[in-house]
Amino acid sequence: MNKPLRRIAIFCGLLVLALLVRANWIQYVKADDLATHEKNRRVSIERYAQPRGDIIVDGKSITGSKATEGTDYEYKRTYKNGEMWAPVTGYASQLVGASQIENLEDGILTGNDDRLFFRRTLDMLTGKKKEGGNVVTTLSESAQKAAFEGLGDRKGAVAALDPSTGAILALASTPSYDPGVFAGITNKDGEEFSKLDKNKDKPLVNRALRETYPPGSTFKVLTAAAALEHGLVTDIDAKTDTPLPWIMPGTTTPLPNEGNIPCKDATLRDALRVSCNTVFGKIGADLGKDKMLETAEKFGFNEEQFTPVRSNASVFPKEMDKSQTALSSIGQFDTAATPLQMAMVTSAIANDGVLMEPYMVSQLQAPGLDTIETHEPKKMSEPLSKENAQKLQQMMETVVNDGTGSNARIPGVTVGGKTGTAQHGVDNSEKPYAWFISYAKTAEGSPVAVAVVVEDGSADRQDISGGGLAAPIAKSVMEAVVNNKK
Amino acid sequence: MSSSTTQTSTIGAIGAPSRRNTELALLVFAVVIPVFAYVNVGLAINDEIPTGLIGYGIGLGLLAGVGHIVVRRFAPYADPLLLPLATLLNGLGLVLIWRLDQSERLQQLSMKAYGTFSPSAPSQLMYSAIAIAFFVAVVIFLKDHRILQRYTYISMVGAIILLLLPLVPGLGADVFGAKIWINVGGFSIQPGEFAKIVIAIFFAGYLMVKRDALALASRRFMGLYLPRGRDLGPILMIWAVSLLVLIFENDLGTSLLFFGMFVIMLYVATERTSWIVIGLGMAAAGAVGVASFASHVQARVNAWLDPFSCYADSGACEQIGQSVMSFGSGGVLGTGLGQGDSDLIGFAANSDFIFSTVGEELGLAGVMAFFLLYALIIERGARTALAARDPFGKLFAIGLTGAFALQVFVVAGGVMGLIPLTGMTMPFLAYGGSSVLANWALVAILIRISDTARRPAPAPAPSPDAEMTQVVRP
Repeated sequence: MNKPLRRIAIFCGLLVLALLVRANWIQYVKADDLATHEKNRRVSIERYAQPRGDIIVDGKSITGSKATEGTDYEYKRTYKNGEMWAPVTGYASQLVGASQIENLEDGILTGNDDRLFFRRTLDMLTGKKKEGGNVVTTLSESAQKAAFEGLGDRKGAVAALDPSTGAILALASTPSYDPGVFAGITNKDGEEFSKLDKNKDKPLVNRALRETYPPGSTFKVLTAAAALEHGLVTDIDAKTDTPLPWIMPGTTTPLPNEGNIPCKDATLRDALRVSCNTVFGKIGADLGKDKMLETAEKFGFNEEQFTPVRSNASVFPKEMDKSQTALSSIGQFDTAATPLQMAMVTSAIANDGVLMEPYMVSQLQAPGLDTIETHEPKKMSEPLSKENAQKLQQMMETVVNDGTGSNARIPGVTVGGKTGTAQHGVDNSEKPYAWFISYAKTAEGSPVAVAVVVEDGSADRQDISGGGLAAPIAKSVMEAVVNNKK
Repeated sequence: MSSSTTQTSTIGAIGAPSRRNTELALLVFAVVIPVFAYVNVGLAINDEIPTGLIGYGIGLGLLAGVGHIVVRRFAPYADPLLLPLATLLNGLGLVLIWRLDQSERLQQLSMKAYGTFSPSAPSQLMYSAIAIAFFVAVVIFLKDHRILQRYTYISMVGAIILLLLPLVPGLGADVFGAKIWINVGGFSIQPGEFAKIVIAIFFAGYLMVKRDALALASRRFMGLYLPRGRDLGPILMIWAVSLLVLIFENDLGTSLLFFGMFVIMLYVATERTSWIVIGLGMAAAGAVGVASFASHVQARVNAWLDPFSCYADSGACEQIGQSVMSFGSGGVLGTGLGQGDSDLIGFAANSDFIFSTVGEELGLAGVMAFFLLYALIIERGARTALAARDPFGKLFAIGLTGAFALQVFVVAGGVMGLIPLTGMTMPFLAYGGSSVLANWALVAILIRISDTARRPAPAPAPSPDAEMTQVVRP
């Protein structure tokens, strides 16, 4: 009986060997995959095992952490004035994960980043608990407050940039949400989140970065830049050859102006001041889609921006006929832009033609407040020459001083701007979007460029205009920044 | 001639030292290692040496000491490794259960489900004490394992009754879909654990008698010796019982264990490979047949194939997924006792899934060490079977050892995602009185057989016949 006994013994040995091989497979070969698997709650348990690092604005943290009871997670994220800052911070929820800065800089905030490896090892040896680092943002509390409170109960978004660096100063979106209400993992957090998620006003969407709107007349600034850059117009005070009415090429349809405004052969400056569709439509058609596209893309259209939070790509259509090009050049047809994009256009003009990459994280700090990384402002492109930029500045200043943008005037400060009232929906049936883009300029250059969009369902159709709804918000944001600098 | 024969048997007598002192030394380790593990858990979780340390250390030491003294007195030639190995695994199991008792997550889960939480470690300590008492009783009262041979057919009836008890209305209890428990006087008992041993008695007794008929009366067909139809009867019956257990009790593990054990013993008894082929064929046919219509088996198989694809919808998938992630998160060195999150598995974390805690907190290194401990028990069991002098003892020992090996493979393979999960418990580690009791009884029997096997032969009888038998002894 001993021969089969030995074989059985070998068989049992093989069973154990199979177990050993399997153990090596899942605990060595596949260990990392399993340890960081999306379903592995250890990842988030560890994320909340210590107070999370903070997000800093103007030297003060806009986030916090508090100890929790009765869940897997020891600490929970808290937010100070969460609704106002939500478009900047995003959320860090134990239930639904993290978004925006909370997600992108998670490594720093939790202390797991590779750049903190040495410190972590040191802490482990000295028995110190792991800590998260801080993320310092470029935002300005007063500008953000002005933007958020200016939007108030209306739907809309504001993006403000420092033209000389590309630093984002304000990024507001309304209606907003308080990321603190679903930061935990309880049923209540879940209910709050699904309530927000199902809300038809989409409070979870960061309109400043992720929503593209038809830019309407504000886009004429870009068309004017294209006309100057491509040499179609050199003198902004010379008459353009624009008939009234102007029939769009290839069609029998005249392009209408808003109201009875003096657009026949208007100068570029006047055309922008009173917002002539005919003049800018004709410029677009005359330049052709390729030249328009070239300029639009230099300003950042058709490309996502990473601030590092991603913004959706604004759209300038690539395939169009002449009449569609005309419509696109006045911000209609398929042209669509994020508020950030329009702020970028304004900032490039205010910064004498140089477009800086927009960014909102200026510094990453290790737990001991040592700086790990500092953001250096980067030039993105030069969509127009200094000379042409200054011509455009003059035109935009005229808009504010003698035109549709008078609501944005600030005593003692040079302001340039452009209004926009963008129609949308089938046959323009829906309530239009009110736009305003502007910059302020002091003796030291331009400290702020801002884009405001208000999509207001409650106002009367007639009252919705860029100058009426949006310009005052832009004004208070600019004032906040200018006053900060003083 | 006479002198050389005498010399051989004399060497046999002198050359087989009892090794009791080896056992004692190993037992010291088997007690000290869990005590250190206990301290480790206390420091990791509460930052203090657990208050129950002295009681636990003395308790485990006492149990081990009693076991050792009884073995020294009643089975002096027994294998010296079995008792320390079982003690070590039982002690570490207690530590792991105590560690999981400290888990707030499991406490909350229990509060939510039953409105109360009671720690498992004290009960497990009590079960261990009862199990050692049972062990002692077996070693003392089972003077010779061959006595069990008399109860061959009673064992068969007993085993079948034990297996089918959970199906009796009012007695059986349905725990998470598996009907392998019975409730008697407030206690839950898993009769299948005991049936494992009882049925091994029947198999060993039956096969010893029938081995010649099964081995020799056969026809050759395609290189295989096929048994006669009437000899197929018993294997068909065992197969049917296995399938019944599988279908009606939802217990994949037990049915696999019994059938596997029978095939192993049949092969050893007859030395016919054909039985293995037939056995595997029948097992495969049964498994595929049952899996094609039994939804719970399908669920288990799906959970095994890809636990993450059905993670959100199926409890079976989530358990396996959690378990596998537990092993993966442990990595090579583990998180250290008390510092892992294996309690995320939830229910059955300290019974069916206790090995996941080993995987996460002791890492690959700890898992391999545990496998080697189990492998050593298996090796000592196989060695005992080889050394046993009587066919009944050989069959009995290899049956128990094979069943033990299969159980370890099926449970560990299940929680690691190597094979579909079955509802069985890791011997000695898992929480559960029946399991501890049955496995200590199993070790007691192996100790008895090994004592008989290694015991010096009685002084050579003057009769030449007796000398003849001495010579052919392996």
